[in-house]
Amino acid sequence: MLIVEQALNGLQFGLMLFLLAAGLTLVFGVMDMINLAHGSLYMVGAFVAAWLVALTGSFVLGIAGAVVLTAVFGMALEVVLLRTLYARDHLSQVLATFALILILNDGVKMIFGNDLPLSAPAALAGPVELLPGLVYPAYRLLILAVGLVLALLLWLLVQKTRMGALVRAGASNRTMATALGVDITRLFTFVFGIGAALCAVAGALLGPLLAVQVGMGENILILAFVVIVIGGIGSIRGALVGAILVGGIDTLGRTLLQHLFREFLPPQWASAAGPAVASVAVYVFMAVVLAVKPQGLFPARG
Amino acid sequence: MLSEAKHPGLARSVALIALAAIVLALPFLLRALGFDFYLSLASRIVVYAIAATSLNLVLGYGGMVSFGHAAFVGLGAYVTGVMISEGVQSGSAHLGAVVLVTAFAALAIGAISLRTRGVYFIMITLAFAQMLFYLANSVKGYGGDEGLNVRARSLFSLGGWVLDLKNPLALYYVALAVLAASLFALARFVPSRLGYAMLAIRDDDVRAEAIGFPTYRYKLVVFVAAGVLGGIAGALSVNLQGYVSPNALHWTQSGTLMVMVILGGVATVWGGVAGAAVLLLLQEMLGSWTEHGEFWTGWVLLAVVLFARRGLVGIALSRRAQSAT
Repeated sequence: MLIVEQALNGLQFGLMLFLLAAGLTLVFGVMDMINLAHGSLYMVGAFVAAWLVALTGSFVLGIAGAVVLTAVFGMALEVVLLRTLYARDHLSQVLATFALILILNDGVKMIFGNDLPLSAPAALAGPVELLPGLVYPAYRLLILAVGLVLALLLWLLVQKTRMGALVRAGASNRTMATALGVDITRLFTFVFGIGAALCAVAGALLGPLLAVQVGMGENILILAFVVIVIGGIGSIRGALVGAILVGGIDTLGRTLLQHLFREFLPPQWASAAGPAVASVAVYVFMAVVLAVKPQGLFPARG
Repeated sequence: MLSEAKHPGLARSVALIALAAIVLALPFLLRALGFDFYLSLASRIVVYAIAATSLNLVLGYGGMVSFGHAAFVGLGAYVTGVMISEGVQSGSAHLGAVVLVTAFAALAIGAISLRTRGVYFIMITLAFAQMLFYLANSVKGYGGDEGLNVRARSLFSLGGWVLDLKNPLALYYVALAVLAASLFALARFVPSRLGYAMLAIRDDDVRAEAIGFPTYRYKLVVFVAAGVLGGIAGALSVNLQGYVSPNALHWTQSGTLMVMVILGGVATVWGGVAGAAVLLLLQEMLGSWTEHGEFWTGWVLLAVVLFARRGLVGIALSRRAQSAT
């Protein structure tokens, strides 16, 4: 039962990672742009959601508002600043988006303070009995459901629509796509908006589980980068597989290793070593994937 | 013609001597003006300048975009901190251990990472630094996520004469000496055989390999040297702050060092120094004027990316080139 519960937790965390990684992998894969500030959009989304939920008293309205506002904010950011960075080298992109992290972290602190309370809606606070003997928090089920639906919608968007085909064309060969008349620049403002909206969903949904605080984007950003490197830069399918693998390794590793360590380590060491080894395991996994498949699991460039 | 060619060299020597006089006299100037407090800021700038210079060696001259340089700085800090908290105070023992540990770590990390290139090199070096970050978080015996406080500092005994880095003046001058030695070594490295080989590798490693350079081995040598220098900067930082925490290994720390190098000037001898000085002074000044120093620091960095493409040293160089013509 513990394993089933932890597997569900892992899947849930993986789906949230996917929401973050989806936008990141497209911007990285198609525009060859390292955007360190992607995690800041996740933070902005969470703060706006917490603020709107408190303002309107409705969880759904709050999240919907946060998604729209963060998407608009992301698109504005893309048009004003990030667009000029596409043609620059990676180092300039690192410096500029690192600067953006400083600005957004402190900007959010000025407007909202260091942290905001955000709790799950009361109707979903209790547990649900999935199977006899298996109870699971209702709110986590909601996250799972939203994550699955959004992953499906994104897959339909990328695989079955004209816009998705253009994005895939761009990821596979940007120069050729541009030569064939695709307006990549305009397309990417839109893609960036979708990426920002997905960040907001992840930030708002994870807010009640983790904390809505300044700096929340920095740790999860690196995991999102690990996800897209494992999956293959530019590939949505790779991001999904990578996210679920990373979410699973991180979550299962934390609990299972802790149990394992308790067998032969003193308890205060076991409780600390479990999470540490699980966190390290994610990076070891990435190193192994890169050693076997240097382009990631699903290379986007053919 | 001859005098014109000699002139910039002379101006440069004069500027260097003036700069040396100012930094050497700085502690006394600060005391005379009643700004003793700023001596620790000056030491912090020097320590960060060493770390940034070591990153500039890999990143600028080696063309290896390492996003995990904090691993070596943090490792040096932890080795020193752990030794002090275990009662070992000998500075030469600290130095020896830091050099050994960081050289070994850089050799292992470099040997694996240098098999990849481009974005994957960035991510692998980052991954190794993150591993050390989580490791430091888990060693409860040495502070865990709360970090490690040390009371004592490194003690160097030189033939009956004892140098205690607890003394802020001693720390400042030792750090300054390390920085001067690394800048001198870097300036000598650039026009050396290995230096030219590195530039060839950086600009086109396939061609360099075809010419017959052992590119992998050369890159590894530079990577290890930079790691060791970073570790020494870390050892100095523990002596400065009396504290080391896992945050010293966090990726934002690697990012800060990278920002210093890019801000100052990639592949310029003085780039690391300029970047560290400007960024830390900026944070200090803006931090004392407003509560939101980071916010305005971010805007200044953005302006540098958009308007000064080759960093601060780049601006100075192009101005000199303009005035020469």
